[in-house]
Amino acid sequence: MMSNLAVLPIIIPLVSGILLAFFHTKTPFVRHAAKLLSVISTGVAAYVFYYVVQNGTVTLETGGWEAPYGIVLVADLLAVTLVLTTNVIGLACVFYAPYSLTEQKERYYFYTFFFLLITGVSGAFLTGDLFNLFVFFEVLLMASYALITLGGEKVQLRESIKYVLVNLFSSIVFVTTVAFLYSVLGTVNMAQMAERVQEVEQQGILTTIGILLFFVFATKAALFPLYYWLPKPYTVPNPVVSAMFAALLTKVGVYSIIRMFTLVFIHDTTVTHELFIWIAGFTLVFGAIGALSTNNIKLVIAYNIIPAVGFMVMGIGIYNKTALSGSVYYMISDMIIKAALFLLAGAVAHIVGTSDLRKMKGLIHQLPLLGWLLFISAFVLAGVPPFSGFIGKLMIMQGGFADGEIAIVIIGLLSSLLILYSIMKIFVRGFWGEKDENIVIDRKTATALTWPVAFLVFLTVLLGIGAEIFYPVIDNISNQLMNPEIYIDSVFKE
Amino acid sequence: MEIIMSVVAGVLFAAGIYNLLQKQLLRIVIGTVILSNGAHLFILTMGKLKRGAPPVLEYGISDYADPLPQALILTSIVISFGLTSLLLVLSYRAAQENNTDNMEKLRGNHDE
Repeated sequence: MMSNLAVLPIIIPLVSGILLAFFHTKTPFVRHAAKLLSVISTGVAAYVFYYVVQNGTVTLETGGWEAPYGIVLVADLLAVTLVLTTNVIGLACVFYAPYSLTEQKERYYFYTFFFLLITGVSGAFLTGDLFNLFVFFEVLLMASYALITLGGEKVQLRESIKYVLVNLFSSIVFVTTVAFLYSVLGTVNMAQMAERVQEVEQQGILTTIGILLFFVFATKAALFPLYYWLPKPYTVPNPVVSAMFAALLTKVGVYSIIRMFTLVFIHDTTVTHELFIWIAGFTLVFGAIGALSTNNIKLVIAYNIIPAVGFMVMGIGIYNKTALSGSVYYMISDMIIKAALFLLAGAVAHIVGTSDLRKMKGLIHQLPLLGWLLFISAFVLAGVPPFSGFIGKLMIMQGGFADGEIAIVIIGLLSSLLILYSIMKIFVRGFWGEKDENIVIDRKTATALTWPVAFLVFLTVLLGIGAEIFYPVIDNISNQLMNPEIYIDSVFKE
Repeated sequence: MEIIMSVVAGVLFAAGIYNLLQKQLLRIVIGTVILSNGAHLFILTMGKLKRGAPPVLEYGISDYADPLPQALILTSIVISFGLTSLLLVLSYRAAQENNTDNMEKLRGNHDE
């Protein structure tokens, strides 16, 4: 199917972001306009999703240049599902933002960068061209650089330098890898690359380039041993920004790994995918240990991003249909729950005035709803049935057992326990105990901050309990991933 | 010709990474600039260095330069230009706020 629908999820946030930049001094207006535009963008994303579910992959040859020569946008089921998830998270964040940000930060183009970030993320999901993927990476990174430094506090500037440098370096390696691939395959179109990889005689060089590319994406996705840059910079910006980063940025890296290593680099899975399993194992262990090592609630949750990414990569490494379904399911669930957890931790820190766990106790008396939402989130994250994390992990592990990867499955199970413990620590130490009279709570802000979190947690619960409704879509996605011909045909059809 | 250019790109990469590993913030920024220049040169080299007619413009020519690497580099140069200016402003502000441009001292401590 050829249709302009594929470009809408990129255009709408882009135009929204630019429009809002003109009115940046009129904060109340911009706030409401941002909410409205976010609702529109989510509505369109939902329509595109519905259309793709009904009619199959939608492609668009931009500027009318034919497939391998111009840039193609490929809205296949995986891409549109992730675009929809992105927009839903954006929706929750935009309603949370006015209560969490200072007016000054809102005025300095928060909403513009917010929409540009969504543009970049949606573009990265939709593009069918490797160099264009790099460009969209830069779009979203540029927006993220602006968001992470928004406010310009001392700590923020210090940590964002490291964030910018690591991402800059990995982007340069990305460009270099694209150049390598171009010299070997003579194309940057993903579908054509996938065709040509099978024809190349010396595939060893491609395996090497593949692993180089994997390390680029692993840096973005924060895999072992390249995760060291992630936890601290994610705690310094405003919670809305952290939530967007945690939900979207690392997942773009994971998405790129899924895309490249189910479509292009599938010629030698004994090397590449076996490597993924090892790396996933280390990521699971080190991320979970990191989460236990600190008393800062924001840092606990930031560390929890890492084992979650480990799970997804584990599914890609096992590389069968069940495990890939699990990876995709877990990714969607994790995007939503990570956003919820960051917003939640941000709300607690905002209301209490500190993110140090040692300085809070008995919050359940004052913030009952927030407390129980945290409780449910911990279960979702650790994968306790019937929540969505469980279903994703179950499928990954089933896939692992089917392929005889027992060791990694056991590591996964054990790290789930550590994850559960790390979040429960916040619940037990922060929310249990006697009421602390020193903590004064602003009811109105507390309620306003709680609703977006409740919305996201409700969605993950729905995703878990209503798994039977969503499963056919996920099954279809993994079917497409296991059969790259479907992707190639949709680009070069007719 | 490609061999020489590859070596030059390699030298740029080495110099860039050496600078990236320094403590002084300005050296690190210069390192990223050199690195990205190395990457750009590398893209051009990987597309094969050729003399000949410009592509696309005239019909029926067989000996033309490959337009794709040039398009890629152009995009990449613009991006790295923007990033460099952002990085310069950011490091200036960070050095000002933290009263140091030494990365060793920009580590931070546990109680924040």
